[in-house]
Amino acid sequence: MREIHGDTRPRLGQYVRMRPDRATGGYVLLGPETVVVLNQTGHAVLRLCDGERTVDEIVASLVAGFEDADEPTVRGQVHDYLTRLADRNLVAL
Amino acid sequence: MTDTVTGTPQPAAPRPFGLLAELTYRCPLACAYCSNPIELARYDDELDTAEWQRVFTEAADLGVLQCHLSGGEPLLRRDLPELVRTANELGMYTNLVTSAIGLSRSRAAGLRDAGLDHVQVSVQADEPATSDRIAGIRSFERKVAACRLVRELGWPLTVNVVLHRQNIDRVAAILDLVEELQADRVELANTQYYGWAWKNRTALLPSREQLDRAEEVVTAARERLRGRMEVVHVLPDYYSRYPKPCMGGWAERQLTVAPDGDALPCPAAQTLPLPRASVREASLAAIWTEHPLFTAYRGDSWMQDPCRTCDRKDLDLGGCRCQAFQLTGDAAATDPVCHLSPAHDLVEAAVETANRPGPVDVELVPRLRHL
Repeated sequence: MREIHGDTRPRLGQYVRMRPDRATGGYVLLGPETVVVLNQTGHAVLRLCDGERTVDEIVASLVAGFEDADEPTVRGQVHDYLTRLADRNLVAL
Repeated sequence: MTDTVTGTPQPAAPRPFGLLAELTYRCPLACAYCSNPIELARYDDELDTAEWQRVFTEAADLGVLQCHLSGGEPLLRRDLPELVRTANELGMYTNLVTSAIGLSRSRAAGLRDAGLDHVQVSVQADEPATSDRIAGIRSFERKVAACRLVRELGWPLTVNVVLHRQNIDRVAAILDLVEELQADRVELANTQYYGWAWKNRTALLPSREQLDRAEEVVTAARERLRGRMEVVHVLPDYYSRYPKPCMGGWAERQLTVAPDGDALPCPAAQTLPLPRASVREASLAAIWTEHPLFTAYRGDSWMQDPCRTCDRKDLDLGGCRCQAFQLTGDAAATDPVCHLSPAHDLVEAAVETANRPGPVDVELVPRLRHL
């Protein structure tokens, strides 16, 4: 199990697709026997997980994009979120 | 960003996220635990290619995101690549649920080209003698070869093993096999007693000791394989205190279409005394929204006591309607696996039989090999 660090470059899991969901106007993750309906925040994180950007860059980009967001809180939430998705192989670290 | 970052909101309205497309009930295997209906010949008038393509289109419009191509043995449909292509073009994640009999290299390549996303192969045990005996046909070696082919072609692989009294003691060796096959997921699913499995319940239901031993093995394996392979373990509901939240609620999340076009809230629902809903006679949207078969047990207004006043009713949703009907004759009754059910003694009696000392001396009734 890989740990997540500031220089980790997360991407979607090997067999995972993110696509728009007509029914909700949002986005979903699809994988083997898995559907995850993303909320706006989840999508905002995952659309930056392209295997190029580091976690540090993703956090900085999110902090810049949200008003009243403080860096340590965002960092903590992004780490938690990506770790949980990585546990289900929805994200590769 | 003040709210917790989370990926699992709860949509309120009923919406089918998954379509189980039972393309055919024809199958070369004869597994006695099969949950297909007993009256297999009733489904011989199968939907044709264009009809299935219409079903998929209507399903995508209803919000379906996952299309499970199942059966019977879906590879017996010569039009399978066309159906996969259609589902794929509609943006659905496609999953082939197969015995792997007939998954030749050229067949697999055609399905890969058509955009198939994921393959689930059933295996009956860890070695040929037991596996072939349960399947009723020499198939183990072909299944193993097909699993290797799936990995070679770069597909994610799920191996599904239905567990029961006659193979559950081999679960450690089964896990070794699945690890060796480099599966991404393994489903160790104890038999659910519908269709042929219901006929064979006495021969299939394991003892508590068997279950406890298996659980110990599976728990250790899950820890060992964490991050490499997802281990799904479905316990038999006959041994639980409370029922399973069957299908995530009646006609809430899932939709099944049988080979002849019968639309069902779950694959076992054709046993219930409710009117039939056919995609040959109505649109999937009309069926999903308002057909009496789909609205009968939606929500909780149909519930009786003890469910009606139970504080767990939103957790287990009253359990399984088909199991309630099968055991009590009343589809609106509390699922008798619940220890609070007035009919729980029916489940206790089956469990008691399964825990008598000595072997169970009952022959398996193989599923009709229907081709």
